[in-house]
Amino acid sequence: MKPAEFDYYAPASVEEALDLLAELGYDGKVLAGGQSLVPAMNFRMALPSALVDLNSIPELFYIKEEDGGLAIGAMTRDSQVEHSSLVADRAPMVVETMPYVAHPQIRNRGTFGGLMAHADPTAQIPAVAFALNARYLLRKKEAERWVTSEEFYIGPFTTAIEPDEILAEVVIPAAPERSGSSYQQVARQHGAQGLVGVASLVTLDESGRCQDARIVLTSVGETPVFAHQAVQSLLGELPTAEMIQAAAEMASTADIDPGSDIHCTVEYRRHLANVLTRRSLTAAFERAAGNAGRLI
Amino acid sequence: MSQTVSINVTVNGKRYERQVEPRLLLSDFLRYELGLTGTHVGCEHGVCGTCTVLFDGQPVRSCLMFTPQANGHEIMTVEGLGTIEKLHPLQEAFWEAHGAQCGFCTPGMMMSVLPFLQENKNPTDEEIREVVAGNLCRCTGYQHIIDAVRLAAQKMSAGEQVGERR
Repeated sequence: MKPAEFDYYAPASVEEALDLLAELGYDGKVLAGGQSLVPAMNFRMALPSALVDLNSIPELFYIKEEDGGLAIGAMTRDSQVEHSSLVADRAPMVVETMPYVAHPQIRNRGTFGGLMAHADPTAQIPAVAFALNARYLLRKKEAERWVTSEEFYIGPFTTAIEPDEILAEVVIPAAPERSGSSYQQVARQHGAQGLVGVASLVTLDESGRCQDARIVLTSVGETPVFAHQAVQSLLGELPTAEMIQAAAEMASTADIDPGSDIHCTVEYRRHLANVLTRRSLTAAFERAAGNAGRLI
Repeated sequence: MSQTVSINVTVNGKRYERQVEPRLLLSDFLRYELGLTGTHVGCEHGVCGTCTVLFDGQPVRSCLMFTPQANGHEIMTVEGLGTIEKLHPLQEAFWEAHGAQCGFCTPGMMMSVLPFLQENKNPTDEEIREVVAGNLCRCTGYQHIIDAVRLAAQKMSAGEQVGERR
């Protein structure tokens, strides 16, 4: 249970980190909060020959308002995001979901960017960020690019981040007026991975019909899974209990292809996806209707 | 010889300078380099919580940090709480309420709870349960630990009211 040898670098700026990563290529691995990487290294499942530690780079720690939404530096600790009044105001689903992520001791060290970059297919926050239409700033030496949530998550523990890149910032755009969101999950224990989780963001038009919806499920596939058919079924419709139930049926059948494991059978996962999609949509539409002009 | 890194770290108010291998876990550094064996090591992958220490005042898992990451930072371990002659109110409370049975989880429990009690003078049982949820105990079934934290809250706020911290 001790990690293998590695070379350690603690750059003091993003520039310096990107120079190192360019030099190290596939040998270099970024260390953020380390709450998933270090266990993997202790088990020797991960054997990086060099670590580039981002913890001494102050410019990666921030939460700021941007165009009415949020820009969050990748190294911002999860506990800072959890207790930020700005995040609670602009993206309350993030604040509501964060207590499900492990335990306070882990969130004190774990980072917001690390949650995305690790891309655990059972993680909560990547699904929430996906539902909130997050964009990701990837930087490498002398270049940078933005990717969407659709492009960012490629497979289990695999993202669009190249070995010479870092995730520098996550942007969560402002939700339109008459929007509401809700994350719902079932887990075996407090702080454990969810068996299924559902994040929804919905927007109503002036007549109270569903103008836009984003429903993303976690723990039901190799990445966060966008429930396309469920979303299609809601567009332009009044969000009645029947419509929500029909969308939940689709989200739990046609939209996902979950696996069985020791914790949960396929049948039970589909059942949870159905119930949790219904709860998530119901709460999101109620919030959208009750809070015109403000995302709740 | 593999790479070594020189570090300067403050533990329980005392400064230490050491030369360490990057892969040395902070939990092992505290125990083997500094001889502070109050920090226990259980699972070594961040699940059990017994290695919890305060890192710049915040509870973290010391088995999930490499020692060079502590360079320039302040750490508090259970040894920083009180002495045998003069226990910290939190230690007194764990003693009096039988919050420790085998004692293995106790240091981590106390380091998780300390900053919480400094900010919450009168916590509910629900809040206490939430705080200790990240620390596993395999003996007591947690009930006495909850009792101990409740008692510690009373002791700590009473101590502050008379203007002293025992």
